[in-house]
Amino acid sequence: MAILLEARQVTKRFGGLTALNEVDLDLEEGRIVSIIGPNGAGKTTLFNVFTGMYAADGGEVTFRGKSLLGLTPDQITVLGVCRTFQNIRLFANMTAVENILVGMHSRVDLGLWHVLARGPKFHREETRLWYRAAEILDVVGLRAKANELARNLPYGDQRRLEVGRALASEPSLLLLDEPTAGMTQGEARDLMALLRRLVAEYGLTILLIEHNMRVVMEVSDRVTVLDYGEKIAEGQPGEVQKNARVIEAYLGRKKWGRAPEAEHA
Amino acid sequence: MAWRITLEALVNRPVPAAITAMAFIALSGYAVAHFPRSLLAFLLFQASILLLYFCRVTPWLKASLATLSLGLLMPIFGTINGYYLEVATQVGIFVALALGLNIVVGLAGLLDLGYVAFFAVGAYTWAIFGSPQANKFISEAVIKFPLGSEWFFVFLVGGVITGAVTGILLGLPVLRLRGDYLAIVTLGFGEVIRVLANNLDKPINFTNGPKGITPIQRPPLFFQPLLKALGIDLPATALYPLYLYFLVLLIVGVVILVNRRLENSHIGRAWEAVREDEVAAQAMGVPLVRMKLMAFACGASFAGVMGVVFSAKQVFINPESFTFLESIGVLAMVILGGMGSIPGAILGATAVTVLNLQVLKGLSLWLNELRNAGVTILGYNLADLPTQLEPAKYERMVFGAILVLMVILRPQGIIPSRRRTRELVEK
Repeated sequence: MAILLEARQVTKRFGGLTALNEVDLDLEEGRIVSIIGPNGAGKTTLFNVFTGMYAADGGEVTFRGKSLLGLTPDQITVLGVCRTFQNIRLFANMTAVENILVGMHSRVDLGLWHVLARGPKFHREETRLWYRAAEILDVVGLRAKANELARNLPYGDQRRLEVGRALASEPSLLLLDEPTAGMTQGEARDLMALLRRLVAEYGLTILLIEHNMRVVMEVSDRVTVLDYGEKIAEGQPGEVQKNARVIEAYLGRKKWGRAPEAEHA
Repeated sequence: MAWRITLEALVNRPVPAAITAMAFIALSGYAVAHFPRSLLAFLLFQASILLLYFCRVTPWLKASLATLSLGLLMPIFGTINGYYLEVATQVGIFVALALGLNIVVGLAGLLDLGYVAFFAVGAYTWAIFGSPQANKFISEAVIKFPLGSEWFFVFLVGGVITGAVTGILLGLPVLRLRGDYLAIVTLGFGEVIRVLANNLDKPINFTNGPKGITPIQRPPLFFQPLLKALGIDLPATALYPLYLYFLVLLIVGVVILVNRRLENSHIGRAWEAVREDEVAAQAMGVPLVRMKLMAFACGASFAGVMGVVFSAKQVFINPESFTFLESIGVLAMVILGGMGSIPGAILGATAVTVLNLQVLKGLSLWLNELRNAGVTILGYNLADLPTQLEPAKYERMVFGAILVLMVILRPQGIIPSRRRTRELVEK
């Protein structure tokens, strides 16, 4: 399969701290890939570099052969990469359907003039947007709550609305930052079923940051493990689970002593 | 509360609501016609228009009653008491300003404390070229100023454009700023424009400095021959206030229409998203730079066009009309009415303007009368009040107290913006 996203030696420093140290990542189309690692391993930083929120200090990120570095977040969204946030960042005082509609912004084919003139094109486009929004709400199971304010939705619904809002921008690569955080095991399973459906039906590629190991092992085609900003393992979920360095990163060494990776940090 | 239930019952059912609205307008109209000096009667008339807004009657009836009140009754009252028309025109000007600021502050969430600068830019645009002032830096041999009054209409469009351009010029440097920092920079910008107007009389005299510019051309009375043919022969002095009132009414109508169309579109939604969470909005594909500049430009263009009308109406302008206090006043209208709400901004602008021009003035006049009459309250003769306690001096204080009370008791504003709900339909 074709490589959708390619990261080469991505480095990001915050002052003296190296949050990402020459991380490589290849993302094949139509896969679900998880990034795991202890807290502070640089997972969200990697997302922020991919989506243009942080400028990388070194390396290269290409999406379908196009460099993403130096682009603004909205330009990257136009190319087809969209994300959710670890700490939910919905538009709290807007309704669920309006959140979805904002997600579609980059796909709206209307200018200022169309809006002011309200010609047939405006009405056609606006109707299309609302139909599509209804469809997306259906996909994430929030159709009945379309007119609820985002801040009044239960936590699990907010997470799903964030996924829906990202879907609205018609991405080919979806970056989900801990989508099941705070969800019950049942809700998490439902969401994973949804993700699999998205990959199967819409041909999406999904990159996932996740702490819930059961979810990770169940849903991922591949797993990448970060620790102290470095990639320490990569492979099938089963392989990674047995990898000695991964176990060490999560549980520590048997004997006292500094882990070799710590010196890079 | 019993009266509240009765009122709601009256307003919510179509037939009683229609009767109530018509009765109120007729009654208050009658009152104004018979007591042309009574502030109470005029306030009652304003209240009846507000009541009409809340009445659930068929849209065409609402529209025709509104047209009747504003298009026919108001001008008639204006001929009875000229001051009412002046108040109504000023209300219109401030409504347009409040609606413009509502886009920037209410929708896009960009706190702008120097909004009156755009109003000033529009006003000076017409003032300079619609008066002999322009000849102070352009030779009379080239063009003889003032431009003909028919140019006023060209400058209305010019006001929109200069407003929008100034809005973008302000927007560019403040794109990265948020909240407090943005407020400080916009405040500074407002002052810079005023100080420029104050000092650009040398080395080249553009603005005539603190002395101001006068006389400014008024809009042309192109319809006067038509009126004469119809047998209405009013002198120009009587026509101008009516003319300006209708002009302002028309512009306010256009501004409301533009506002509503922007709000109910992907542009309005993107502005609200920027207000809610600018990082998330950008991550969802909203081009921050463009949307912010667009908000500044749209908001400023309304102020620009009203500035042109203002300078033509006043005939004389100087930098004193564009102080920081004016910016704060418009902001108070938006906050009082309800941030991000179009009816809120309209009501806020009306309430604040009427309060300042009529109610507080009326109150201090009344208190003065009581004092002069030597009325005794609680055993204290008001005539003994020291002269320092002149009621007129306390108008601003009362206004401030009302603002504080409103913000504490009803922080969401008089008519808060309501979420639009919409039925979703399957294709």
